[in-house]
Amino acid sequence: MSEAMVRVRDVHKSYARGRQQVEVLHGLTLDIPRGDFVALMGPSGSGKTTLLNLIGGLDRPTSGEIEVGGVRIDQLSGGRLAAWRARNVGFVFQFYNLMPVLTAERNVELPLLLTRLSAAQRRKSVAVALEIVGLTDRARHKPKELSGGQEQRVAIARALVSDPTVLICDEPTGDLDRRTADEILGLLQVLNREQGKTIVMVTHDPKAAEFARRTLHLEKGQLLEQAVQDSP
Amino acid sequence: MTRAGFVIANLGRRKTRTILTLLSIVTAFLLFGLLQAVNVLFSTGADFVGATRLVTQARVSFTTSLPMRLLPQIESVPGVERVMWSQWFGGVWQENDQLIVQAVDPARLHDVYPEFVMPEDQWKAFENTRTGMIAGRNLAEKYGWKIGQKLPIASNIFPQKDGSKAWTFDLVGIYDGKDEEWQRSTNGGWINFAYFDEANLFARGLAGVYIIRLADPDRASAVATTIDRMFENSPDETKTQTEKDFNVGFFRQIGDIGLIVRWILFAVFFTLLLVVGNTIAQSVRERIPELAILKTLGFADRAVLGLVLAESAVMCIAGGLAGLGLATLIGIVIGGASFPIAVDHRVWVAGLAAIALLALAVGLLPALRASRLTIVDALAGR
Repeated sequence: MSEAMVRVRDVHKSYARGRQQVEVLHGLTLDIPRGDFVALMGPSGSGKTTLLNLIGGLDRPTSGEIEVGGVRIDQLSGGRLAAWRARNVGFVFQFYNLMPVLTAERNVELPLLLTRLSAAQRRKSVAVALEIVGLTDRARHKPKELSGGQEQRVAIARALVSDPTVLICDEPTGDLDRRTADEILGLLQVLNREQGKTIVMVTHDPKAAEFARRTLHLEKGQLLEQAVQDSP
Repeated sequence: MTRAGFVIANLGRRKTRTILTLLSIVTAFLLFGLLQAVNVLFSTGADFVGATRLVTQARVSFTTSLPMRLLPQIESVPGVERVMWSQWFGGVWQENDQLIVQAVDPARLHDVYPEFVMPEDQWKAFENTRTGMIAGRNLAEKYGWKIGQKLPIASNIFPQKDGSKAWTFDLVGIYDGKDEEWQRSTNGGWINFAYFDEANLFARGLAGVYIIRLADPDRASAVATTIDRMFENSPDETKTQTEKDFNVGFFRQIGDIGLIVRWILFAVFFTLLLVVGNTIAQSVRERIPELAILKTLGFADRAVLGLVLAESAVMCIAGGLAGLGLATLIGIVIGGASFPIAVDHRVWVAGLAAIALLALAVGLLPALRASRLTIVDALAGR
């Protein structure tokens, strides 16, 4: 691993809860090297998902700096931030969040509609992404015709198809049984090791965290300690 | 897949709802097309006649006749080129088919209405046959009339001197219109005034209206004012107006068709706005998480706005075009001599404008809502 892919500097994040301002992150500073696979753990309300959303450019800090791949994303306008997300980040969510009206291959193709690729190039990229997650034979099936694990594989293919440098995973195995969860985590591990994807994953599951290179613990909006583990 | 394909796929999410909404749009635009066609028929029943002719009627009502002695005075007004008069005969064919037949001087009709085209020998026959009658092409074709045929036509207004309501006329000519619009006006017939005037029981020497062909259409207003002033404070006060205004006024005996049509269409489109607007809004509400995912994937606010607007546009365009198309077909099928409505380019232009307005009106608010979604809140279900 080399230079920092993600640099978070003194980030504060507050939300309005009724008339109250609730600060979720309190001056958090963090570096994630390029090619790292980080698991973020902590109790509910500790700020894990908030931090993940900030790194993925889904939300903005109240103060502080966030740099991803050399770009200060906290300074980008809404439109530029959307374009940056399309090029640089892939997202995987707990409940897959696939479009129910589209087949697996159409779901995977969706991010490519924002590119200038031709239909043939898009089809090729989709085929490669589905091949990577092992779902070529389910390409024409709609989400309701797939198992949970298959749906999550489609979601991972969708996250991969535009070849982003960072994968943001929010409880990617939270809705899956142990065996399927291990398959999905193994897939993420392969993507990290073989394709050099930088992965930031929020999880409650210590077993899931074991698949990461590092585990960061958050509590009450602050980073506690880092654990470096030998992944399986 | 293209963005258009994605829009279509989204419309197929709830097929029953989409089909029902489409049907409501189709029905609304079918109604729009037919009513607009009726409106065009009534309001422009006279557009194409231009302002080359004036019609002088009794000031009280056009159902009150004017004496023939006004003719030389009207003819003497500067700017008047030729004057004809007509007396409403009406007419009933067979059981109870109402006809539009008027009694005229054939030569004057020929001069004042050059838009009605007929071979000269038939005009001559009309002039020379006291019981002669000419019929418009549409009317003749409707009843299969042929030149030379004797036509028994009853009149509910004018009995003959012997008290009989039954009249018999010799069909001596069939006329056409000089163009498509005038052709659509060939639903009536004309009989020889001289015969009618002599044979009827009581209306002697009376003209229903005078129709004046102008030398210069730009002087229509001045000529009309001069004629009406001439008979001011006389027992036969007149009201002179352009033929177009006269025709519109005639149709308004039924009511202000334009106003009635506008109110019906307002009610239809207001309801449609609520139905389709609610459908689109509901469709957006149901997939807020999906829209948030689109934004997560990098779709900008404007792109999301465009997708939702495109959905409402596709629905309105598909339904609207189908409705207008159906109206056009129905217009072709039922439009004919007796009810010559036509869903023509004027109706289509108005219809296309209505489709665009509807698409914008029903789609804009839900589209703005979708575009302004905050990703984090939407994903968290807040």
